[in-house]
Amino acid sequence: MTDFIGLVGNFAQMLPSILMIVSPILIAAVGGLVCERSGVANIALEGLMGIGAFSAAATHVLLESSFNLSIPLALLIATATGLAFSVIHAFASITLKADQIVSGTGINLLSTGITVFLCQIIFKQERTEPFRLGMMPGPFGVYPTAWIALVVLVIAWYFLYRRPVGLRLRACGEHPQAAASAGIDVVRIRYIAVLVSGALAGLAGGCLVLTQTIQYTVFTINGAGFIALAAVSFGRWLPKGVLGSSLLFGSSVALAIYMVNIQSLRFLPSEFFSVMPYVITLVTLVVFSGKDYAPRAVGQAFDKGKS
Amino acid sequence: MRASRDAPLQDRILDTFTSSDGLVSVAVVLLGFLMGTLLVALVGRNPAGMYSAIVQVVSGWDLRRGIWNARYIGEWLVMSIPLVLCGLSVAFAGRTGLFNIGAEGQYVVGLTAAQFVALFAPHTAGLHWVLAILAAVAAGALWGGIVGALKARYSVSEVVATIMMNYIAYFSSRVLTQLIPGANTYRTPTFPDTARLDSPFLQALTNGSRLNYGLWLAVASVLFFWVVIGKTRLGFSLRATGLNKDAARYGGINVTASVTTAMAISGAFAGLAGAVVSLGSFSYGRVLGGLDGYGFDGIAVALVGNSTALGTALAGLLFGMLKSAQPLMQSRQIPKEIASIIMGLVVVFISLRAGVRMLVEWRMKELARKGRTIE
Repeated sequence: MTDFIGLVGNFAQMLPSILMIVSPILIAAVGGLVCERSGVANIALEGLMGIGAFSAAATHVLLESSFNLSIPLALLIATATGLAFSVIHAFASITLKADQIVSGTGINLLSTGITVFLCQIIFKQERTEPFRLGMMPGPFGVYPTAWIALVVLVIAWYFLYRRPVGLRLRACGEHPQAAASAGIDVVRIRYIAVLVSGALAGLAGGCLVLTQTIQYTVFTINGAGFIALAAVSFGRWLPKGVLGSSLLFGSSVALAIYMVNIQSLRFLPSEFFSVMPYVITLVTLVVFSGKDYAPRAVGQAFDKGKS
Repeated sequence: MRASRDAPLQDRILDTFTSSDGLVSVAVVLLGFLMGTLLVALVGRNPAGMYSAIVQVVSGWDLRRGIWNARYIGEWLVMSIPLVLCGLSVAFAGRTGLFNIGAEGQYVVGLTAAQFVALFAPHTAGLHWVLAILAAVAAGALWGGIVGALKARYSVSEVVATIMMNYIAYFSSRVLTQLIPGANTYRTPTFPDTARLDSPFLQALTNGSRLNYGLWLAVASVLFFWVVIGKTRLGFSLRATGLNKDAARYGGINVTASVTTAMAISGAFAGLAGAVVSLGSFSYGRVLGGLDGYGFDGIAVALVGNSTALGTALAGLLFGMLKSAQPLMQSRQIPKEIASIIMGLVVVFISLRAGVRMLVEWRMKELARKGRTIE
C-alpha cells in the first residue's frame, strides 16, 4: 500500500516530465489524425519530425545569442520545413496516385540523410551544436509545448467536427467518390490534410528537440513519430481518443526514462515501458479488428472513375 | 499498345519506359545519383570524390594513390549481403501483394536468435553455425508469420502491424541479450569460433576482408527466391493470392494459409540477414543500441529491384556499394549521409513510375479525342 502511495506521489512529481514527452507525440498524432481521416496514410511522421527537430535546433543554436525570440522562430521554421517536405508525400500519393507507403518510406529514408548531411555542412559534425538554453518551463514546471499541443488538438477538433471543411475532409476519407459527386474537391482537401500533417509533425519535432534535449542527433526522434502513428490507431481516429492514447503512450515512454528514480519499479527492465505503446496498439488492432474504426478509404488513391 | 516506328519520339520514349520496369529503375537510380551529385556540388564539395570512392569500393583501385587492394571489394560484398537478403524479404512479400515494413524487426529477431545459439549450443564444428542460422531463419519466419496470420485472420493491416513488431523486436532483443551471463549493456561474451561464418578462402581472396560464408547463403537465397516464386505451385498460389484474393479463393487456394506462409517466408530472408551480420561481421553478441537499418534499406532495394530475384540482387549490390563507400567519401570531405539521401531520393522517384503511366494514359485519351489512334 505504501508502495502504491509512493508510486502515486512519484507520478505527480513526474507530471511535468510526462507532459513534456506527451506534447510532441500528441501534436504529431493530431497531424496523423487529420491526414488519415482524409484518406491518406502517413507513415512519414517519424521522418517529418526529424526534419522539424533539425531545423528548430539549427535555427535556435545559430540565433540564440543574437535574437531573443529565437525559440518561437525556431518552432515556426520547424513547422515550415515539415510542411515543405510533406509536399513530396502529397504530390506522389495524391497527384501521381503512387503507393502512400512508398512515398512515406522515401521521406523517412531521406530525413535521416538530409538532416545529418546539413549538420556536417553547417556544424562540421554529425549533430547540431548544443544550444545553451532550450525552452523554459512555465508555471508548475510545465513546458509551453503542453499548451501548444492542447491548442492544436482543440483547433483540429473544431475544424474536423464543427466546420464544413471538416465534414468534407472526413467524407474524403470514407468514400471519396461519393464526396466528389457531392461537389467536393477531393484532391484539394487531401492536399490540405497532408500539408497540415506535415506542418504539425515538423512543429512536434521542434517542440521535442527544444524541451527534451540540447541538440539534434540522428537519435533525437527515436520512434516518437511511430508512437504518434500508433496513437492515431489506438485512439480510433478520434480527437479524444488520440488525446487519451498520447497521454498513455507518453507516460509509458516517460516511465522508461525516469523509472530509475522509482524504488517499486526497479525490478523491471526499462524496455518494459518503452515497448508498451507498440504492444498495446498491436493487441487492440487484433481485439477490435472486426469493427470499422479506421477511415474506410485510407491508403487508397482517389480514382474518380471507381465506384 | 506499342507506339509504331513513325510515332513521335516522345511517344516512343514514354512507350519504352512503360513497357520495361527495369528501365524505369535504371532511370530512377540515375536521377537519384544526379540529384545527389548536384547537392554535393551545391554545398561546395567536389562530387568527383564521391565517384572515386565508389570506384575504389567496386574495383579496389585507389585512384588517388594508384594502389590496388581487394579488401574493398570484399567489404562491399559484406555490406551488400544483408541488403540483398532484406531486399528479398520485402520483395517476396511484395510479389504476394503484401507490404513488409517489418524486415527490420525480423532481422533483429534473427540476429538475436543466432546470438543465443552461438553462445549456448554445443561447440560442434560444422554444426554449430548451421544451427545458429536455422534458429535465425525460424525466428524471422515466426516474426513475419505472426503478422501474416493477423492479416489473414483479423485483417490487421500488415503495414501498421510490422511497424509495431519492429520495435517489439528491438526492445525484446535488448532485454533478452542483457540477461545472458557475462553480458553488459552493449555486448555479450565472445562467440566460440565454431559459431562464426569465417571463410579463410574468401578472406585470403579479398586481402583479409570480413567476407564470409554469408556470400554463398545470399546466392542460395536469390536462387531459392527465383525458383519458389516463379517455378513452384506454392509460388503460384502465393502470387495468385496477391493479385486477387477472391479469385484465388474461388480457384481453391487457402488464402489464410497463403498470406501467413508468404509473410513467414518473407521474414525468414530477413532473419537470415540478421544471422549473417551477427555471425559474419561480429565476434560477440550485440545489445543493440539502435536499429541497424538494413530492413528499412531493404524496402528501397526491393522497390528498385522491382521485386524480382535478379533485380533485388543487383539493387542490393548497388546500395551496398553506396553504403560501403561512405567512410571513403567522408575522408574525401563529402558528408557520408549523401548515401542515404540518394537512397531516399530513389524511393521518392519510384513514384514517378506511376506518374509516367498517368502521362501515357492522358496522351492516349488526347490522341483518341483528336481521332487518331496508335497501333
